[in-house]
Amino acid sequence: MTVETTGFGALIIILVMAAVTLVTRWGGVYVMSFVPISYRIRQFISAMSGSVLVALLTPLAINGDNGARLALLTTAISMLILKKPLPAIALGILAAALYRQI
Amino acid sequence: MPSIDCENELKGRRLLSDFDANLHELNYKNIWAGFKQLVPISLFVVVFGLAFGLAATQVGLDNPSIIVMSALVFAGASQFAALELWGTQVAIIPLAITIFAINARHLLMGATLYPWLRHLPPAKRYGVMLFVSDANWAMSMQAFSRGEPAMGLLFGGGLTLWTFWILGTWLGLYFGSAIQDPVSLGLDMVMGCFLLAMVFGGQKNLRILVIWVVAAFSSLMAYWYLPANSHVVVGALAGGILGALWMEKQQ
Repeated sequence: MTVETTGFGALIIILVMAAVTLVTRWGGVYVMSFVPISYRIRQFISAMSGSVLVALLTPLAINGDNGARLALLTTAISMLILKKPLPAIALGILAAALYRQI
Repeated sequence: MPSIDCENELKGRRLLSDFDANLHELNYKNIWAGFKQLVPISLFVVVFGLAFGLAATQVGLDNPSIIVMSALVFAGASQFAALELWGTQVAIIPLAITIFAINARHLLMGATLYPWLRHLPPAKRYGVMLFVSDANWAMSMQAFSRGEPAMGLLFGGGLTLWTFWILGTWLGLYFGSAIQDPVSLGLDMVMGCFLLAMVFGGQKNLRILVIWVVAAFSSLMAYWYLPANSHVVVGALAGGILGALWMEKQQ
């Protein structure tokens, strides 16, 4: 099924995108409302909350250019030393920017 | 017995797994505080939005549609992906599947927030979820895990990100061409560095480290061998399942 992007078509497509995204924002909460929160579920949830980020970042680190890798490495090290997110993020971006100027 | 209370409170602050029932309070004061707390990172979001606005004009979307998309969808990566599929005609089912796959991490975010969200009445619960995005989710999860109230951070911070995302998109329509090459300025790394800082800001021990390694490995395998965009969900579930099998000692 295809929709023309002229006139109201674009708006319809955007509304479909918004609806699908809304399902993802609400779905997790809705499903969890049927799951009793046992200790094991809590452990699952807290392990998953870190794993989402790791799973998101790994392909970025493996497939990115050296600038991307240097940025992530700089942020990781800065975070371990400084323990403050904003300087660590700024240094990471700076590292990528400087590397890519070379 | 104050000494036991105090000890329990300390345990609560230490344990990632402790979900306190009193951390969910939502009022104007903590929403405003959360709003302000996300302003620094939102300055980067403006640049993202700007890049999106510019890219969207280049595939032929009209200005009002672009603004409406940013306001209603409010999920950058999936919006960029939609532009890849944009033409004079758009195949709606493949588009919907792509958007769902990229935004499936929201399902996990909602699930991880549920232990605190469940204390809110349903209208507020789902209202707050309208504005959940990577940055405010990561920051509020960290605060909740430390035993701090963070519902204001989650909702107020979401409003910040939403506002600046729309602002950035709007700026992109008119001034997008001012930034010639965002990649050479390292701006594509903003979200990656932010999320990594959140990972390293959390609890660190052998159990967590092994969970991360399993999540990373599973994500990579899915990235290479499974359908596109499945890696986040696969990696997250693998890490979560290991966490459920290898539990911390119950206090």
